[in-house]
Amino acid sequence: MSFTYQAGTPFAGDGLKDVTTTIKDGSYTAIIGHTGSGKSTLLQHLNALLKPTAGTVTIGDRVITNETNNKNLKPIRREVGMVFQFAENQLFEQTVAKDIAFGPTNFGVPAEEAEKQAAAMVALVGLPPEVLEQSPFDLSGGQMRRVAIAGVLAMKPSVLVLDEPTAGLDPAGRAEMMTMFNRLHQEQGLTIVLVTHQMDDVADYADHVLVMDQGRLVKEGTPREIFQDADWLADHQLGLPKTAAMARRLTAQGFRFDPLPLTTAQLADQLLPQIGGPAHD
Amino acid sequence: MTKLLLGRYLPGDSWVHKLDPRTKLMASFYYIGIIFLANNWQTYLLMFMATMVMVAASKIKLGFFLRGVRPMIWLILFTVMLQVFFTKGGATYWSWGWLAITQYGLTNGAFIFMRFVLIIFVSTLLTLTTQPLSLADAVESLLKPLRVLHVPVTELALVLQIALRFVPTLMDQTTKIMNAQRARGVDFGSGNLFQQMKAVVPLLIPLFVDSFGIAEDLATAMDARGYQGGDGRTKYRVLQYHRKDIVAGMIMAGLTIALIFLKA
Amino acid sequence: MTAAIEIENLNYRYPDAKRPALHDVSLTIAQGEWVAIIGHNGSGKSTLAKNINGLLAPESGRVTVAGMPLNEANVWKIREKVGIVFQNPDNQFVGATVQDDVAFGLENRAVPRPEMLTRVHDALVQVNMLEFATREPARLSGGQKQRVAIAGIIAQRPDIIILDEATSMLDPAGRSEVLALIEQLQARSAMTVVSITHDVDEAASADRVVLLNDGEIVEQGTPAALFTHGEELLSLGLDVPYPERLKAALRRRGAKMPDGYLDQEGLVKYLWTLHSTM
Repeated sequence: MSFTYQAGTPFAGDGLKDVTTTIKDGSYTAIIGHTGSGKSTLLQHLNALLKPTAGTVTIGDRVITNETNNKNLKPIRREVGMVFQFAENQLFEQTVAKDIAFGPTNFGVPAEEAEKQAAAMVALVGLPPEVLEQSPFDLSGGQMRRVAIAGVLAMKPSVLVLDEPTAGLDPAGRAEMMTMFNRLHQEQGLTIVLVTHQMDDVADYADHVLVMDQGRLVKEGTPREIFQDADWLADHQLGLPKTAAMARRLTAQGFRFDPLPLTTAQLADQLLPQIGGPAHD
Repeated sequence: MTKLLLGRYLPGDSWVHKLDPRTKLMASFYYIGIIFLANNWQTYLLMFMATMVMVAASKIKLGFFLRGVRPMIWLILFTVMLQVFFTKGGATYWSWGWLAITQYGLTNGAFIFMRFVLIIFVSTLLTLTTQPLSLADAVESLLKPLRVLHVPVTELALVLQIALRFVPTLMDQTTKIMNAQRARGVDFGSGNLFQQMKAVVPLLIPLFVDSFGIAEDLATAMDARGYQGGDGRTKYRVLQYHRKDIVAGMIMAGLTIALIFLKA
Repeated sequence: MTAAIEIENLNYRYPDAKRPALHDVSLTIAQGEWVAIIGHNGSGKSTLAKNINGLLAPESGRVTVAGMPLNEANVWKIREKVGIVFQNPDNQFVGATVQDDVAFGLENRAVPRPEMLTRVHDALVQVNMLEFATREPARLSGGQKQRVAIAGIIAQRPDIIILDEATSMLDPAGRSEVLALIEQLQARSAMTVVSITHDVDEAASADRVVLLNDGEIVEQGTPAALFTHGEELLSLGLDVPYPERLKAALRRRGAKMPDGYLDQEGLVKYLWTLHSTM
């Protein structure tokens, strides 16, 4: 499956200009760019919440253009699950189970079956089964967000689009959340599209990166290719992941790294022989 | 919603824009009042000319005013029809059973039509040239005497001001929640009435929850910044009458006198 | 040095809560000091902030701010001395425009209008937002809104400014914008700063870091002293500064690393000496 995206949307401010790219089935793609660079607009095209003013978006074998009828969009919405920023704001049902079942029932799954599935979804996002019968509004913020994510996963999408999924969480919550998405990616084979400001997450998890600026796709490539050029990133108001930043400082001092390390482990592995290896005493 | 509350203000620096909002508010009400004094061709012509002069003074295109008439057009036509068919007197041009079109009916219909259009033009002029916030200030200032009767005017004005300030925030939130629920398979604005009402629940509940959250945060922030109720506060924004406002008052007085002379 | 804030044996419990949100917290913050209070979500950080200016009333214990004991009679005087910047940039913006919002606190304190005009102007200059004075909040970025909130506090000329996770909802640009501003203000006016955060980089700019867990102070000290307890911070749901993470990774690979805290530059230098003596 692939997404092809070619749009020239001239709406003010947040618009997109002539974006062409393909998101491969089974990939973990990160979209980065400063606030207002068009990331969110691009995201909303991925499940046809917005339709391109010009050009086409191909999702699976469905082609969406400006003329596409609104009635035919439902299968796409099911295929591409969307987790919005502060997703906990979308909860509304009396119980967690019902809220998780809401999406599937909209796509025609019988209510009983959908609520039965909710138990599996709750486990998938790492919540205890007791929460099923609780009101979502009695849970903590982090738990509420997990319920919202379970509600999206319940539609059994093959692509999961995440818009700043860790915003407002503390470091432990953030790490748990990112590990969970990675597990879904590895175990369930979900294609993941992640929009984030956290360059460390991009370095740790993504295999493909799209860089947006002023509504244009200005660069794409592997994280290593993207983070190679720190000055270019700074020009687009983007930073480096912490490991790459440290490697840069070390390189300036005289150390040599090849390829550019992206994780702490990679950096430590490359550093060790350069500082005399393990101590022998 | 935005169109109704905020989208209407057109920034500008015309003579009308610069009038004190209290003047504009009072003058609009007064003007709408004296429109009812008009009762013949001369007086309606006078009011029509006066309205056009005001519109011209605002430097806003006539189209914006006509757009104000559009949503009311059916109500206007209905009222005009009632007048045309049910007013008796003068020559009869057409009749069918108890329905008749008479000379008086047609004139009255025309007058009513005129009255509607003028009232809409004047209220549109007020909202197009005055920021909602300034209007709130004007209301507060004009209602101040009611404080004697223990009406909490300053509190009400603050409530109004905060409500206006949060309209865009809530609009934004509405769009976000709608998108989230559409992504979960909700179709807003399709299906029968029952289905449409059902689709609104997943939008309204999160919106309520969110509004309560905002209200709580806001109350805490206001508390922390020393808000202790309406009295004993000073005001940063103050309204001041200028020479223009006196001129506007004179114009209204002049119009009234002319109306009284010309009316039947 | 006089104490700006003195907290003695403070206990607080939310209505209907089983566990206390704060348990026997004692803390003294000196005038002009910058203290970071860190802890994971739900550790009681924000509850502590709200107890300092009487937004919440303690179950037991004493709070003294600028020499005044916190009680019914003093609470408004104390709020004049303590400004809080809250987490959500939108939900604390009361005024319809930037200048109206900055003036809000002054209106509440019945500051005469001529003085109000100069104070609002000066505060906006200090946070570099003067050109936005008549803007509506909907047309500002998160970082700009937080700067307006800070201006509203500066205008009241408080002794203490509390940042209650003020940067947690901002993007990286907004975050550094706000942090730089606070650093500037503190250097200029020797204001006492209490920043409540789970961002280690924010904590690193403080003079002292207080670590809170489950409503109790677990540890406190200079950032350098605290950051050497890397494993403990991680187990309490917090991050560690990057150099500590790299040191731990190298140590696991058998390299010898110093115990003391090193910032990035320090670590680079240390590694280079190892490289040179190879």
